[in-house]
Amino acid sequence: MAQMKFMCDAERCIECNGCVTACKNANETEWGIQRRRVVTLDDGLPEEVSISVACMHCDDAPCMAVCPTDCFYRTEDGIVLHDKDLCIGCGYCLYACPFGAPQFPQQGAFGERGKMDKCTFCAGGPADSPEEEYAKYGANRIAEGKLPLCAEMCSTKALLAGDAQTVADIFRQRVVQRGHPDGAWSDNPRASVDDLAYDATRQG
Amino acid sequence: MHTANPGRRCGWLAVTLVLAFGLLLAPALLAQETADRETATAVVGVTPDTWRLVRSGEVDANFRDSRADSNYNLVNASGEGWRQWRNRWVSPFGLIAIGGMALMIALFYLLVGRKTLDEPRTGRLLLRWSVLTRALHWSVATLFILLALSGLNLLYGKFVFRPLFGDAIWGAMISASKVAHNYLGPLFGILLVVLLLKLLRHNLPSREDLTWFKKGGGLIGKGHVEAGFANGGEKVWYWLLATAGVAVILSGFVLDFPNFGQGRDTMQWANLIHALGALGLTAVALGHIYIGTLGTEGSFEGMKSGYVDESWAKEHHSLWYEEVKESAETPPAPAQSSPPEDGTLPQRPT
Repeated sequence: MAQMKFMCDAERCIECNGCVTACKNANETEWGIQRRRVVTLDDGLPEEVSISVACMHCDDAPCMAVCPTDCFYRTEDGIVLHDKDLCIGCGYCLYACPFGAPQFPQQGAFGERGKMDKCTFCAGGPADSPEEEYAKYGANRIAEGKLPLCAEMCSTKALLAGDAQTVADIFRQRVVQRGHPDGAWSDNPRASVDDLAYDATRQG
Repeated sequence: MHTANPGRRCGWLAVTLVLAFGLLLAPALLAQETADRETATAVVGVTPDTWRLVRSGEVDANFRDSRADSNYNLVNASGEGWRQWRNRWVSPFGLIAIGGMALMIALFYLLVGRKTLDEPRTGRLLLRWSVLTRALHWSVATLFILLALSGLNLLYGKFVFRPLFGDAIWGAMISASKVAHNYLGPLFGILLVVLLLKLLRHNLPSREDLTWFKKGGGLIGKGHVEAGFANGGEKVWYWLLATAGVAVILSGFVLDFPNFGQGRDTMQWANLIHALGALGLTAVALGHIYIGTLGTEGSFEGMKSGYVDESWAKEHHSLWYEEVKESAETPPAPAQSSPPEDGTLPQRPT
């Protein structure tokens, strides 16, 4: 089975927000909900870099671990989905999520959170009919054999979506093209300036 | 033929060699060119410093987020820490504290049993709790139990009730728990603070509390320990509520009203404080409930009717009894009549 992953090649992202728009359009999320966001670091400086972020469909998803209603589940494609009928809007998934993916529509008084909404990898969610599924979770492109629209419409192909192995192969090829002859495993001529990917296990 | 063959062979060999050489070299040369171009034109790579900044969670002036109203950083590194604290430490702590307390109370009841009055009741009654105090106490108590049950459901319910009842019932249950918890919480907070203020003067520490603790509240040695209106144990419960309880209330407000711009880190801390405090208080509350009902003869009727028997007062709160014994009254034959309003009703100590 495929293990679906997003990957954003920060050295290609041009901060056009096409992914954000594509997502909003594909899923028709409600007012105030924007499942994907583009973050720019060092904006305006020579080292400016942008990266598109949404739910990363973690293997060990913190949202899933802390949810009081246990409304999350992982599909056989490794996509993390949630059941809005069980969600109570407690916000714990938001506290735990590394990527700020869960968002809550503000419907009630006193800032009470509505039912959580997040990127579904364009895989919909649990519902009785396709109409209900679309209204609650947005598009189910995976069921149609298509990849998430954000990645499909990325103009520079910075944002990649698909099976982790395929995505990794494409990125590795790019890295070699960028002058790391062995896929950057050693002898990186730009080692002083170039970290190819953020390695969370490396401290400091 | 024989002489022509080697020449032809040489020709073919040369062509093949050139072709092979070219085929082998061309991509390498092209790749080298592409790599140089890429390196020359690419933006400056993401530096380790950039990622360090991301990991720290700090956001500087040159940080942009395209999401409307987003005040998030790129990577919320503290989320995993909060998850581990909550799931690995707070959850087991609650089970151990509450389960352990329940077990200890059960053992104590089986081994030591109910504390009955040593002397027979005199039938003369002393007013201990005013109507207002009792109303406050029972409101706070009811809310406490509702909040404890809904809170426990939020923390542990998914392990028990979801497999037991299925999604439909579990969904309604957990949704009701959250709504009840969020709306009753502030009410509890306000009422508890009023109750704490009302009882403050009875719960100021005094010298006889030390003796009370030394004798374990009467468990060590024989006979009753001297105590004023509130004994050492009651004062501990009071001050637990006045400290941990107030911390639970304040952190609860932080969690309940997310519309004041508080960040995820603040709410993570608030959640840990709230859960630890509330679980601890729930455990101690079991002790309070036991002592106030099953554990001690005559205590429950005090909080129910407001009056306690003279013998109960003498045994459990001897110093208070000395102050108020003159005001003991004998109720009319069918008790439960409202006290007269001509100033002769027993006065609470001041």
